[in-house]
Amino acid sequence: MSLDPSPLEVVTRIAREVAGPHADTTDRDAQFPRETIDALKKTRLMSALVPRNLGGLGCGMIELAGMCEALGQQCASSAMVFAMHQIQVASILRHAMGQPYYQKYVSDLVEMQPLIASATSEVGIGGEMRTSKCAVQQDGDGRFKLDKDCSTISYGAQADDILFQARRNPEAAPNDQIFVLVRNGEFTLTQKGTWDTLGMRGTCSPAFMLQSKGERGQIFETPFADIASETQVPFSHILWANVWLGIATAAVTRARTFVRQQARAKPGQTPPTALRLAEASNMLQTMRTNVHDVAAECERLMGGDDTAALSSIAFALKMNNLKVSSSQFVVQIVNHTLLICGIMGYKNDSNVAVGRHLRDAHSAALMVGNDRILAANASMLLVLKDD
Amino acid sequence: MNDQIRQILKDHGRLAVDVTVLADDGDLYEAGMTSHASVNVMLALEGTFDIEFPDRMLRRGVFESVAAIAAALAELTQKESAP
Repeated sequence: MSLDPSPLEVVTRIAREVAGPHADTTDRDAQFPRETIDALKKTRLMSALVPRNLGGLGCGMIELAGMCEALGQQCASSAMVFAMHQIQVASILRHAMGQPYYQKYVSDLVEMQPLIASATSEVGIGGEMRTSKCAVQQDGDGRFKLDKDCSTISYGAQADDILFQARRNPEAAPNDQIFVLVRNGEFTLTQKGTWDTLGMRGTCSPAFMLQSKGERGQIFETPFADIASETQVPFSHILWANVWLGIATAAVTRARTFVRQQARAKPGQTPPTALRLAEASNMLQTMRTNVHDVAAECERLMGGDDTAALSSIAFALKMNNLKVSSSQFVVQIVNHTLLICGIMGYKNDSNVAVGRHLRDAHSAALMVGNDRILAANASMLLVLKDD
Repeated sequence: MNDQIRQILKDHGRLAVDVTVLADDGDLYEAGMTSHASVNVMLALEGTFDIEFPDRMLRRGVFESVAAIAAALAELTQKESAP
């Protein structure tokens, strides 16, 4: 039996010892959490999902989800950067390992631990990931040129490599999309704005003009439609939900500290805030159960033979419901903890401050807008029978 | 049957190409059908052919081409006419 710490234990330690102590400066200065990401690279966690026989840590989705929660408890920006990177790795591992270019890339990933960003959003499209304006321009020599006007790229300036979707060719329909990776040296990013936001300030996600060149072998053979429904959407929603679970858990922990302090000051009297804490604990348990339940079902489906089940309407509805409900729960729970801690929670320099948590939590409903997701669900429910 | 399917695709599929010249096995998603449009196609198919797609059939592959839709309809109507 190995006595080495598990990958989850390693991340939990990095969260506590590195991400936590830097969280306030990351937030205040909208600074990329460099120290945390460097620590994750050093412990080979950028290739956590890569199977052991390929040199990775062989982690599954649920283990990864636990890592996102652990980081999210300490620094939501660090957790979101980690989550977004892993969604890209999952897409490569699940859809491109038949291609020589990506077999080589994964061995480089294990060796060099690059940070992968995703350039999903596009100016003029908004957050609709399944529609593109930009298109691959291939020349006759097997090379391509591809420029994308991105309304946001999280940690674009800090990323080593970038994955993104585009139309297959200049004549293709807006939803006839391919997925492609460009590596350090193959692209330039021109920053087009600033990133001075309410929360998630350390993700450093301004608008960029992305200009890239590459070879045909870098284009995924699997259409982006399948990658989106089978991997990008489920991985995003589950890992994001775990980041939010981390935020909610951390805020409730602070509220518990506060209520205990009150209770100790006047033994024999249950402080009035304890009732609200009971409500917060109730919501947190509901959120946690929901997140874990959907993650378990997703991992089971991904490990099974029926991969088409991942492209079913029933599965898409369930994933969307997880995203909407957990993004709403996190705000409600953190808001409750602010009511519990009162002025001490409102003060940024107290030991039970929850301002950062509340601001970070408000990003959840906007990352793929909840209204857009509910509209998609409304449409799907017109045909779904739950038979 | 394929003509009726083509008419429904023309009315509800919001394709970027002319569906009358699309091959039976031509990819409808590549031709521009979005998931939102595919739901409207499903509804129109259910109304026109008086069938209901069970949830197990509500997945991408079942609606990817005229031929795939025809096969799904055949499976459903055959079941209904079976003794």
